[in-house]
Amino acid sequence: MSPTVEASPAPLWPLPCRLHARRRETRDTVTLELEAVGPGLGEFAPGQFNMLYVFGVGEVPISISGDPAHPGRLVHTVRMVGAVTRALGRLPRGGAVGVRGPFGTSWPLEEAAGSDVVVVAGGMGLAPLRPALYALLARRERFGRIVLLYGARTPGDLLYVTDLRRWRARMDLEVEVTVDAATDGWRGDVGVVTTLIPRARFEPASTVALVCGPEVMMRFVVRELQARGVPDGSIYLSMERNMHCGIGQCGHCQCGPFFVCRDGPVFPYRRIAPFFRLREL
Amino acid sequence: METLERLLAAHPFFKDLRPEHLQVLVGCAANVRFEAGQYIFREGEEAKTFYLLRHGRVALEMAVPGRGSLTIQTIREGDVLGWAWLFPPHRWHFDARAVELVRAIAMDGQCLRDKCEQDHSLGYELVKRFAQVIVERLQATRLQLLDVYGHVPHR
Ligand SMILES: Cc1cc2nc3c(=O)[nH]c(=O)nc-3n(C[C@H](O)[C@H](O)[C@H](O)COP(=O)(O)OP(=O)(O)OC[C@H]3O[C@@H](n4cnc5c(N)ncnc54)[C@H](O)[C@@H]3O)c2cc1C
Repeated sequence: MSPTVEASPAPLWPLPCRLHARRRETRDTVTLELEAVGPGLGEFAPGQFNMLYVFGVGEVPISISGDPAHPGRLVHTVRMVGAVTRALGRLPRGGAVGVRGPFGTSWPLEEAAGSDVVVVAGGMGLAPLRPALYALLARRERFGRIVLLYGARTPGDLLYVTDLRRWRARMDLEVEVTVDAATDGWRGDVGVVTTLIPRARFEPASTVALVCGPEVMMRFVVRELQARGVPDGSIYLSMERNMHCGIGQCGHCQCGPFFVCRDGPVFPYRRIAPFFRLREL
Repeated sequence: METLERLLAAHPFFKDLRPEHLQVLVGCAANVRFEAGQYIFREGEEAKTFYLLRHGRVALEMAVPGRGSLTIQTIREGDVLGWAWLFPPHRWHFDARAVELVRAIAMDGQCLRDKCEQDHSLGYELVKRFAQVIVERLQATRLQLLDVYGHVPHR
């Protein structure tokens, strides 16, 4: 895994940005494209997150969901659940957002070179994995098979349908999508994401697995990957804990001896396994 | 027959099955295909067969009053379709519909039950494999009911 990222230029001071574009993904999810008011947006690594600050409302950690090859426009996908995320979702074009980051560890794409890569996403978990997919495809020749297994609640909850359609059309990427509950007109698979793992084509012993989704989903995904023979050391998870400061000081996101904001959110499964079953603290 | 035996041996459901057992099973097997949209079986009908899917996708559906036909799961090549033939009352619990062209090996349930009675080691082997499938489907159903992607943001 990539080492903890160096402190960003201004970890405690938000960079002024404004909303450039917004795309509705699902009933309760939007993708926001931000641009810096002045110069200042730096690079990020797939898997990292930013603290987004809505003035007068508050600040929340949100994964970066855009293409790392185009860091000038910051892309985040937000599910509107509470005060801050709803305010983000309602932001008018040109509206102000403060950005601190990028924070956290990233997906181990360097280590994955030469291996098969299996990306398993559940629900919103596809957001922090999308930059990894962009990066993998940008240097496609460096990897063996690449498989994306994505599960969502219903067809209407699928994120990035345009990307999914494009990825599906590629011959060098296997994309399997499944939903828990089909609606009229859905012609794809029905069932949880774990059911896709036994039938996906990859070489378990030389596979790196990148997993993000609800913790309960990740638990069962890990079990299926293990059953296929993927070594624990090759499984990486992105964890989520409520966090406030983003730099390992406030202690809100502690998970065993780790702070998710500083030591994660991407962890090798082997490292996090003993604490994986703990409920959110 | 030789081809059927090879197909059976190659199917994940019969992985590592003893060759003498495979030979017995071939006697109850036949190649079948279903066109897209065709029903393979219907809820409540007598369950006489099960299928080893070799190609294509099958939707397990249930008719729900007021909501029409609801897909509860899809299965596909490499999967096994149907266990009701093995357990009384031998009636299907769901409708099974071919979503696309499906090629499968149909196994005659009555024929198999007779063979299992004659050879309990074969019967044990089959029941073990079906029990595993049932456990997997139960687990998947539980996860589906948990609605794991639903309420918690991100994760
Ligand atoms: C590293 C990291 C990356 C994240 N990436 C994304 C992302 O890409 N997109 C995205 O939409 N969200 C992401 N989140 C989650 C996001 O930070 C929370 O949804 C946000 O903090 C909620 O703030 P709020 O003020 O809108 O809601 P609040 O008013 O704080 O909460 C509203 C409701 O949601 C529940 N809730 C809020 N946050 C969480 C949580 N973390 N876990 C469980 N329940 C919660 C609360 O219990 C409450 O019921 C990420 C979180 C972390 C730690």
